[in-house]
Amino acid sequence: MVYENPDGVRIGLEVHVQLNKLNTKLFCGCSTDYHNDEPNTHVCPVCLGLPGSLPVINERAVEFAIRIGLALNCEIVEQTQFHRKNYYYPDLPKGFQTTQYDYPIAGKGKVVIEGEDGERVIRITRAHMEEDPGKLQHIGTIEKSKGTLINYNRSGMTLIEIVSEPDMRSPKEARRYLDKLRSILDYLEVFDGDLEGAMRVDANVSVYGGDRAEVKNISSFKGAERALLYEIMRQKNQVRRGEKIVMETRHFDEARGVTISMRTKEEEHDYRYFPEPDLVPLRVADRAPAILKALPELPDAKRERFLQQYGMSGMHARALTTEIKVANFYEEVAAKVDPKDAAVWVADILKGELNYRDLDIDAFAVEDTVAVIGLVTENKITEQSGVEIIRTVLDHGGKPQDIVKERGLLKVEDDIVAQAVEEAINESQEAVADYLAGKEKSLNFIVGKVMQKTKGRADAREAREKVLAKIKG
Amino acid sequence: MTAWTGISEIKQKIAETSAEEVTASYLETIGKSCINGFITTWDKALEAARGIDTGGHEGPLAGVPIAIKDNISTTGLSTTCSSKILQGYVPPYDAHVIEKLRAAGAVILGKTNMDEFAMGTSTESSYYGATLNPWDAARVPGGSSGGSAAVVAAGEAPVSLGSDTGGSVRCPAAFCGVVGLKPTYGCISRFGLISYANSLEQIGPLATNVADIATLMDVIAGYDPRDSTSINRENTYSNAMKDDVKGLKIGVPEEYFGEGIDEDVEKLVWDAIGKYEDMGASWKKVSMPHTKYALASYYIIAMSEASSNLARFDGTRYGFRADGDNWHVMASKTRAQGFGEEVKRRILLGTYALSAGYHDKYYLKSLKVRTLVKQDFDRALAEVDVLMGPTMPTPAFRIGEKIDDPLSLYLADVNTVPINLAGVPSISLPCGFVEGMPVGLQIIGKHFDENTVLRAAYSFEQNTEHHTRRPGEVA
Amino acid sequence: MITKEEVEHVGWLARVEIDEKESDVYAEKLNSVLDYFGQLDEVDTKDVPPTYHVMDVVNVFREDVVKESMPQDIVLSNTEHKKEGNFKSPRIM
Ligand SMILES: [Mg+2]
Ligand SMILES: [Zn+2]
Repeated sequence: MVYENPDGVRIGLEVHVQLNKLNTKLFCGCSTDYHNDEPNTHVCPVCLGLPGSLPVINERAVEFAIRIGLALNCEIVEQTQFHRKNYYYPDLPKGFQTTQYDYPIAGKGKVVIEGEDGERVIRITRAHMEEDPGKLQHIGTIEKSKGTLINYNRSGMTLIEIVSEPDMRSPKEARRYLDKLRSILDYLEVFDGDLEGAMRVDANVSVYGGDRAEVKNISSFKGAERALLYEIMRQKNQVRRGEKIVMETRHFDEARGVTISMRTKEEEHDYRYFPEPDLVPLRVADRAPAILKALPELPDAKRERFLQQYGMSGMHARALTTEIKVANFYEEVAAKVDPKDAAVWVADILKGELNYRDLDIDAFAVEDTVAVIGLVTENKITEQSGVEIIRTVLDHGGKPQDIVKERGLLKVEDDIVAQAVEEAINESQEAVADYLAGKEKSLNFIVGKVMQKTKGRADAREAREKVLAKIKG
Repeated sequence: MTAWTGISEIKQKIAETSAEEVTASYLETIGKSCINGFITTWDKALEAARGIDTGGHEGPLAGVPIAIKDNISTTGLSTTCSSKILQGYVPPYDAHVIEKLRAAGAVILGKTNMDEFAMGTSTESSYYGATLNPWDAARVPGGSSGGSAAVVAAGEAPVSLGSDTGGSVRCPAAFCGVVGLKPTYGCISRFGLISYANSLEQIGPLATNVADIATLMDVIAGYDPRDSTSINRENTYSNAMKDDVKGLKIGVPEEYFGEGIDEDVEKLVWDAIGKYEDMGASWKKVSMPHTKYALASYYIIAMSEASSNLARFDGTRYGFRADGDNWHVMASKTRAQGFGEEVKRRILLGTYALSAGYHDKYYLKSLKVRTLVKQDFDRALAEVDVLMGPTMPTPAFRIGEKIDDPLSLYLADVNTVPINLAGVPSISLPCGFVEGMPVGLQIIGKHFDENTVLRAAYSFEQNTEHHTRRPGEVA
Repeated sequence: MITKEEVEHVGWLARVEIDEKESDVYAEKLNSVLDYFGQLDEVDTKDVPPTYHVMDVVNVFREDVVKESMPQDIVLSNTEHKKEGNFKSPRIM
């Protein structure tokens, strides 16, 4: 089926990724570990823009940027430098943002996503390095605020801005693209996507080939989908009323789920870019081959391998390769038990229980997973008991072996069941006769007796089969 | 008027009395000053000097008082760039050169007056009022490091630091009859120097004699990993204190004697070159055809960089803040009221030169002309060891003479700005007097060849008397 | 020639408030300087590369090693306009 895109939706995304796994900021030695700390405690003369301070580039940040560029299939530029992007805003302590301009560290690239109608290539325009501004907090709403509080802890954090071509045709595709980016970045171990502000999205949206609006301030993927749905609807309605879409910047109000026009005088942007005189050029393309060689297996390749190597379903392969931690977890489990069983238990059961509790894969041990799967496949406990063990470990802790004992979850041995069946039949001659006469429900009475005798530890379905076999001779 | 005293005499005095007494005598002189050279004196200077005495400090500048231009950051000591917008700003950190000076045992006397944000040639644009020339109070001391030159000339400090973006050390050195060095770009860390035009400027020392310049350079020059443009290169400047110019090849750029040069200044500079010939050097004329365009190129680059460097002064984090009911209005009013006229003009011109539609015509064009100017130097300095010419085309002009005509003020920098475009070192030293006002000889060298420049300057000093004449002794 | 309107626009770009009376004076003074700058048009710069950095240095880096930040009270020591550890400014819009 070919996706028609009836409204001519075109979406391009600019994604700011904060490289919070670096130890220090882009141009100074302040720690990046500020997320739980007091405001303005991870700040020095450089990231506060004090007069006379000078930037020095974090070498590892450049290597992270190259790693990301390569993972997005981008070309790494021969020579680059930082520019000043001049504009005034209170979160910008120097009155300009240090960013890259004419020669971004990574040029054209591509990312493949699961589109509306199968695989779709989203072209990457560029990926460049820049510094994060500080964080503003409006006292009241942005429009009617009484004042602004400014915290510069975030100021100077390394950002990679990944700019795509307007290749996405629906909010769903945009969401898939974002998920894919996050997955790739997760593999590269350059950021912790769970930290606040780790990924921020600006979206360019147009319909029917008209002018585009830029939607800013999208802080979550869910938010991105909602903002896009709203913006597309707004543009369609405007076209329907015969009005023209104007090129403008709009602010996404997460609480109300709407986009608001930000058109003011400061819209007339003229950033007066020029090369940062306090930093010298970078010639780092020669580092790319070694970084490329050290690149981990990325999600697409891993998914392909999982399909081949473990013979799992496409759905399982996708679910198990989105996060590198989950993929690694799965492979450790799969090394010890049947990989197909492992896929079912990790992808369907364990991930479900973790998601329900908003927990990470780290919350459950590989050896415990192996133990649970072992107990079930060796027929020692029921599947249901396996799930119960996982829940118990997650909610109360403990080891599967102990929980099995404490809760008496072990299935009873066959001869005990056989004996119980024998006794139950002997004690229920009337019911046996009724059953043979066609009263099917009478069988339940006999199975019930078996369960009673085994104190419920027999598998009910198994007991039923055994009773039947005995009666029918 | 205190007699001029160099570092070696200071050290002798300290040995005889104490660092505290020496510092106290300078503070006393400063207290009686009427040239307005200092904006602030350091209230802990005496304490620091006492610390040198009791600690038995043996650093190369132990107990030597020094004056610092007010655009160099000093922990706990107000640093204003002579601007209202930085009123009350106290840096929480020391500039690299201040760390070096403190470690060497120098005692900071205070912060000297300057053209606001180092933008000027006269030290008249300071929010704290003009500094007067110690040789003639009706004249400017030059700029922008006017305070740093004037206090040395007036005996209020034996040595000082200035900064030179387009002549801001050499011009006041020439106008005040002292010695001032603009080192090679990258020689001294700019960390802590409040930027005017980053790609052009260097901190530079001022003193009454060449040997003191070398001593200061030995302390403040050197690699600093906090300044990405700092160059890692070892040098001992005091090794250059040799009275020997035999075989030195001097180039004299004819363009440095162009339109607007004072005849007497021209004559004094030729006399100086004649003196070098007597001392065993040789000279020849060289041509630097792009000198004419250096001034426009320099000003466009400086203003462009400045427009961005000064964007941080928005009233949000430090310094003066005007009222305004939203941030953008507050910032615009803060900047309108906090900056002086010349600073605003340069910010506007720089903003214009970088703005859409004009970027290539002005900014980019200037950088290309910069390449040509630099090539002039490369060519000339391939043939000779040093270049010589007048530092300033005239002696110090009168206060108020050029204040309302920015262009005429800019034109005074014609011989100093090409050096900053090329990044080469250059020194200004006294070479005579015109109507009682000192005249500076400029000696320019190759990148990182400060020692040849210093040796040439030292030799001239050893064989002439100009540097021994002090203000107040004018006949 | 820079016009009055351009002066006002540049004033806004540079966040320097300029009232109408001033913009005339600025225009005049800026034009005399721009006029002088115009002499660069005479220089043939075809095939001349720009000099952004006078020293030919590349790849100056810092190691990714944490250095101590400033204490909060020092960070905020140069302003009266603060609240609960934050800088405080007028609203943005
Ligand atoms: Mg950006
Ligand atoms: Zn910092």
